[in-house]
Amino acid sequence: MTDASHAALSTGAAIHDGAAVRVAVNSGTTSIAAGREASVPPEPSGERRRLVDRRWFRILGGALIPLALLALWQWVSTSGLVPLSQLPSPEMVWLAAVDLAQRGVLGLYVAISTQRVFIGFAFGAAAGLALGAIVGLSRLADVLLAPTLGGIRAVPSLAWVPLLILWFGIGEDSKVILIAIGAFFPVYTIVSAALRHVDRQLIEAGRAFGLHGLALFATVQLPAVVPSVLSALRLALAQAWLFLVAAELIASSMGLGFLLLDSGQNGRIDRIFLAIILLALLGKLTDSVVALIERWAIRRWA
Amino acid sequence: MTAASVSFRAVGRAFDTNAGRRQVLRDVDLEVAAGEIVAILGPSGCGKSTLLRIAGGLDHASAGVVSVDGTAVVPFDPRSAVGFQEPRLLPWRTVAGNVALGLPRGTSKTAGRDKVARLIELVGLADFAGHRPREISGGMAQRTSLARALARNPGVLLLDEPFGALDALTRLKMQDLLLDVHAAAPTTVLLVTHDVDEALQLADRVVLLGSDGEAPGADIRQIVVVPGSRPRDRGSAELAELRGRLLDGLGIDRHGAARGIEATTTIPHYPY
Repeated sequence: MTDASHAALSTGAAIHDGAAVRVAVNSGTTSIAAGREASVPPEPSGERRRLVDRRWFRILGGALIPLALLALWQWVSTSGLVPLSQLPSPEMVWLAAVDLAQRGVLGLYVAISTQRVFIGFAFGAAAGLALGAIVGLSRLADVLLAPTLGGIRAVPSLAWVPLLILWFGIGEDSKVILIAIGAFFPVYTIVSAALRHVDRQLIEAGRAFGLHGLALFATVQLPAVVPSVLSALRLALAQAWLFLVAAELIASSMGLGFLLLDSGQNGRIDRIFLAIILLALLGKLTDSVVALIERWAIRRWA
Repeated sequence: MTAASVSFRAVGRAFDTNAGRRQVLRDVDLEVAAGEIVAILGPSGCGKSTLLRIAGGLDHASAGVVSVDGTAVVPFDPRSAVGFQEPRLLPWRTVAGNVALGLPRGTSKTAGRDKVARLIELVGLADFAGHRPREISGGMAQRTSLARALARNPGVLLLDEPFGALDALTRLKMQDLLLDVHAAAPTTVLLVTHDVDEALQLADRVVLLGSDGEAPGADIRQIVVVPGSRPRDRGSAELAELRGRLLDGLGIDRHGAARGIEATTTIPHYPY
């Protein structure tokens, strides 16, 4: 191949009827032509970004309603509209928190609850990933397992509690298992469905280029479902916090669920508020961490 | 590997549907020499793509045998590479990463990287090697797909309407690119198309698939040897005549003289 024809090849706009001279002339303009051909997405920095896309506005906007609620709460509870036995003031809740912290139980309760959620979530999500992958990839496993798992999913969470307590006692095991059950199903359901719906054309292309089995899974199917897996994990984490309270309400001597139950029995409405607020904060905090990972994963894999 | 010959012997394909067995292809006999470019032309739904998929081992024949270099095709045959109608690129990989997918298993890292760079250069995407598929145009994605197929170093390159979804000008450029690629690395090319001009511009022979209306399923109606060497003049009279014959074979009205309407060289006077 001559140099001239190679130049024509490399530009992708080959000219056949022209002589080498024309190719040489052409090569000067091809970079522009090639640049025009690409449909590069618009640069966000080029034009003015809208207010709702700015980070500070999003943080401020999200905090607006909680702050307004806090102000309203403060006003209602101090104005005497509602008796303090029904609605404690923010200050009372704060003092309850300080009191519990000084006794050393607040940190302990938060820690033990978070630990239960994380362990249960880890086991449940891992099992959900594994079974979701098996059911999503194999038609046979789908036929054999899906109806049974669908049936187990239909059992309400609280129905497991007496059975788990009988089998595993009232220690950590029964609670962690209940949380794992809660985390398992969102992951299993979403991952199996996502794997079944991976673009058939991409899979066929992968096979046509010699991929099969584990290599096909790692190269085509797994990357294709990474965004789905992350949103499944997010859902599972939320579900884990729900199941935590179910587990701790029934039989426990520590944790935020226990704090709720104990305070309810003793009429400590300030501590009930504290527990609810802490659950909201912890749930949102852990969710935000996974959401950050999810956003990165969508940028990277989708 | 070097260009391989392909032979179809009494190939038939029937699909089982709810309405019963539907014969798509029957008794296809064709010998393709190593290094030849053969275009497969036919009306929509006549089984062109099915024939190509059988040749690549993406589908299997219900009757007859397809062999490459004398040995029967195996599922997802490593001796052939497919360029699909859609680019089918992995959206999470860059252009270079997608081309690398085509490399034969066991290619060493450095050799693979060199080859990918060379192929990207060949299809004119050197400046876009690090781009994701969603950041490039349809024509560039299709070039990436072609480079990926070439990375496999195929004995047979199977192209299933690879330029069908592109605009007319990009398609002409892609046809020239394919001819350049073929000149640089001669391989056997089977090209499915519904575009008569594309077939005549690219192929050594054009195979017209179709059904005779009686027996179910399509077989080869005509094989046209395209005269002249590539690249051919897109406006030549000889090709125009062949074009008419092929369109006729596809059941398309040629209009004008072929329909018995006199051609006039003078401007008619009112009233016409």
